This record gives sequence, C-alpha cells and structure tokens, in this order.
Amino acid sequence: MTRRPSLVVAGALAAGPTTLVRAQSAAIPPAPAGDIAWMLTSTALVLLMVVGLAFFYGGLVRRKNVLNTMMMSFVALGVVGLTFTAVGYSLAFAPGSTWLGGLDYVFLNGLNTSTAAGLPSLLAFCFQATFAMISAALISGAVVERMRFGAYMLVIALWSIVVYAPLAKWVWGGGFLQQLGALDFAGGTVVHINAGVAAAVLALVLGRRRDYGRKAMLPHQVPYTLLGAGLLWFGWFGFNAGSAQAANGLAVLAFANTLLAPAATLVVWALLDLARDGRVTAVGLATGLVVGLVAVTPAAGYVSPGGALAIGALAAVPSYLLMLWRARSRLDDSLDVFAAHGVGGISGALLTGLFASRAWGAPVQGGLEQLGVQALAVLCALTFSAVGTLGVALLVGRLVPLRADAAAEAQGLDVGMHGEEAYTDGEGALLLPATRLEPRAPAVGVPAGSEA
Amino acid sequence: MKLITAFVRPDRLAAVKEALFKAGVQGITLSRVSGHGGQAAIHEQYRGSTFLVEFHEKVQLTIAVSDSFVGPTIDAIVRSARTGEVGDGKIFVQPLERVVRIRTGEEDGDALTPVGAPAAAPA
Repeated sequence: MTRRPSLVVAGALAAGPTTLVRAQSAAIPPAPAGDIAWMLTSTALVLLMVVGLAFFYGGLVRRKNVLNTMMMSFVALGVVGLTFTAVGYSLAFAPGSTWLGGLDYVFLNGLNTSTAAGLPSLLAFCFQATFAMISAALISGAVVERMRFGAYMLVIALWSIVVYAPLAKWVWGGGFLQQLGALDFAGGTVVHINAGVAAAVLALVLGRRRDYGRKAMLPHQVPYTLLGAGLLWFGWFGFNAGSAQAANGLAVLAFANTLLAPAATLVVWALLDLARDGRVTAVGLATGLVVGLVAVTPAAGYVSPGGALAIGALAAVPSYLLMLWRARSRLDDSLDVFAAHGVGGISGALLTGLFASRAWGAPVQGGLEQLGVQALAVLCALTFSAVGTLGVALLVGRLVPLRADAAAEAQGLDVGMHGEEAYTDGEGALLLPATRLEPRAPAVGVPAGSEA
Repeated sequence: MKLITAFVRPDRLAAVKEALFKAGVQGITLSRVSGHGGQAAIHEQYRGSTFLVEFHEKVQLTIAVSDSFVGPTIDAIVRSARTGEVGDGKIFVQPLERVVRIRTGEEDGDALTPVGAPAAAPA
C-alpha cells in the first residue's frame, strides 16, 4: 500500500504541474516506466469505449438513424477533445477554489512530459480527456432519432465545460465532495450519474420521438449492440484499472472487480428476464453487463472481489425495474441512459459506501456513516447535473432549433440530416460530375508533385 | 374481385396497416421496394463525390379483396398514407380472375373471407 492512490493521489496526478510542487515537499519519485506504459494503454482503452458505445447505441436504433446515432458518439471525440483542451481540463484540475479550478492550464498551458515527479502532466490530461469524451457521448442515447446534429454538438460542447468540468473538480480535483470523503474510484458520480441525469433532462427538454408509444421501434442490428457491449467491457479495464494511476496491486484489484461485477450483473439480469418472461434476451444481456460495469466503477479499487460480485448482483435490480417502468412511461429516454448509467451509477455509489473495505485498501471502512456521505455526494451530483444540463439545453434551444423537422424524422436522420445511408446498394444512384472540384493546374515554376 | 397494389412511404406503414385492419382488411402482403416518381432525388455525399439517389424506398402492399371492399380499402390507404407532400405513393386497382385458398381449396369470395369472420360480405 505504499502507493495507494486514493482520490487524493488521483487528484494530485490529475492536477498535473502541481504534482511538481508537491514533489518537492512530499518527494514523489519519478514515474516508473511500467506506470507510464499502463496509463498510456488505459487512455487508449477508454477511447475505445466511445467506439464501443457507438456500436452499442447504433444497434439499438432503427436502420434509418444508425449513422446519426453512431456519429453522436464519434463527434464527441472531436468536440469534447477541443473543449476539454481549451478550458475543461483547467476548470476541473487547475488550482483554484474548492468549487472550480482556475485557468492555469487553459490550452494545456504548463503541461509537460516530465517523468521526474510522478506521471507526466500531459499524460494525466490525456487520460482525463477520454473520460470527458465518453461522458458526453453517453448522453446521446437519450436523444437519438430526433435531435438536430448541430444542436447536439453545441449542447455537448457547453455541457463538457459547464457541467462536467465543475463536477470533476468537486470529486477528483480537490473539490468539496472529495474533501467530504465521498468515494468514487473511477468516475461513477462524475461520468455515469452525471451523464445519466443529463440524458433524462435533455430527453425531457427535447420531447418524445413522434413515433414514441405509437409505433413499434425495434433495434435494427442487435449484434452491433452485443459487439458494442463487449468493446465497452474491454475498454472499461482502462477506465477502472487505469484509475489506479499506476501499474500496481491496486490496478490489479480494480481490474479483477471490473471482470467480476458485470459477470454477476449479467447472470442476475438473465434470471430477472427468465422470471419475468421465461426467456433471456440478447439486448438484456448487453444492457445488464453495462449496468454492472457502471455500478462497479466507483467501487473498483475500494472493495474486495466478493464485494464487487455483490455490487454487480444487487445493482441489476433497480436498473432492471426502472427500465420496465420507463418503457411504459411517457419519458422517451430512448436507449435508457438514465436507467443504465444514472440508476446504475447511484446503486454503485451507495453500495460502495457499504462495501468499502480497509483490508482491500479503501481509505475508510464501509458502513452506514459512509453510506450517508455517498448519498450526499449522489444528491449533489444529481442536483447540479440536472440544473446545469437544463440551463445548457434551454440556452442552446434559444440559439438554434433542437429538434429535426417532422419530415427528416420520418425519413430518418441519416438521409434527412447527413445525406448518407448506412446500408445501400446504390441501385439507381447517379454520380454527379464534380466539375467544381477539378484540381487547378499547378502554378508556373512549381514542379509537379512538389507539394507531396 | 380486385387486386389492389399500393405504394406508400415506409414511415406511414404502421398507420396504413392500422387503418386497413380497422376497415376489416387483414390479408396483406408487404414488400420493400424502390421506386421513382415525382419525388425530388436525394443528394448523398461520400468522400467528395455527390450522388443523386433517384429511387426512393417505398413499401408495396398487395391486397386481394372482394368488390364490396374495394372502396373501403382505398379510402383507408389514402387517409392513412397521405402527408400532402410529393412522394406519398400510388394505388393501382386491377381485376382479379380467380383466388384459391391453398389450405382448404376454397375459391374466390370464400377464399377472400378472413378466417373466423362471418361469411357474409360487409355492406
């Protein structure tokens, strides 16, 4: 336990250059090559989750909207990549008040590749950036098949700055929830509760799909959803075990728990399916394993493997029940982001408070007291995310229309909004001559090919 | 007896089906087809090339009905499939010589009467 990275250490790492300051007083040793290698790997793994999410969501929508849905995940890589670089990272992790970071790291100012004291601050940024990207992408599941793409880009750009960054500060960047002692190992609160609540709020502001509750809207490609769920699980090892911030025993614990909890959720989900209908469903299994991953996220480095199994098993029930209710309700959270990530995140956060184990390295022993702290952190995150997202959505709604028009929604957003089709044999399509795009003759004196 | 062939927008299919069922028409064959009519072509772009997609996805419904059902069937389709925009589709009505129900060997009017429905034709 010499390097048990509790949230404080995680925060210090994420805080980048301040690590250098602390290094002089607390003598943080140079980062071992193994740690750097693992964090580089973990960062890439978390990035892959966004691709997994695109497939997970893409399979669940109708074929006329699959490109739009998958692009909503992919575009988050770009949009949030930029906003997080510009100000998001600084607001979350630069020195500042306990409520909001300062502007020291705006546009990566001051970040470097030095390994002299702990992990390089630029690496900490990369790791955190992928978390911000996946969080924004998660929201898209609630608004598929009806939201205008440009409005969506604007919403996640603002959301990543106004909602995500402050919450990351509170929980990881030395903010007040961290000081309160709330346990969130890898982002159950910042990523999942936050995205889940934001998704529900955005779905409410946007309104239901015109076909919702009137027409059968079936998943068009369930194998995509299974593929996506598998990729999510694979990437989640980086998300959780990478949150150990080192290649050490803690990473091993988080890794093991990330393996075990979804296994338990998957089985319980299958049993719930069996009890309800007598049949186990593929979409159910894919959803169940994601719920298990969400639930173990805040707990991964704080509970025993047995605890992780229990958390995975228990977390299945509330999400399962909420999903049944939601499908009958008038809330068109289309792909159940709130039930999976919001409720899964809340279950995980609360159960972390019960199952946290000092023997396995948690800073506090689980119990009713810690459960109270966790509940308070959940309430803060819920409230802040709901209010912040509502503000962002209403603001963007005043600037541009949020919804696609009825014709585009009926035709499908792939053709209606992007002018592309996912599955086409091109029969009867006509190639338009690209007269305007003819390359111009090279200027006199410039040898051909000199630009290459 | 008539053979009714209707081409409608895919996103109106659910409404059309509901309207037909309400009108008592239950024997429907559905195919996904591509068609060209008056509807404007769609521009699609892939890697710098622009394509004009001149065939639109439609759903073809093939329905065989006895004479008294022709009017109600057409009404139901027109009412439920219409959006008012170009591309709502068309309905073709052709005479039908003979109908055989394979299971029983019943012919014509008997073969067109839905299973379980009273044999008498509606008003």
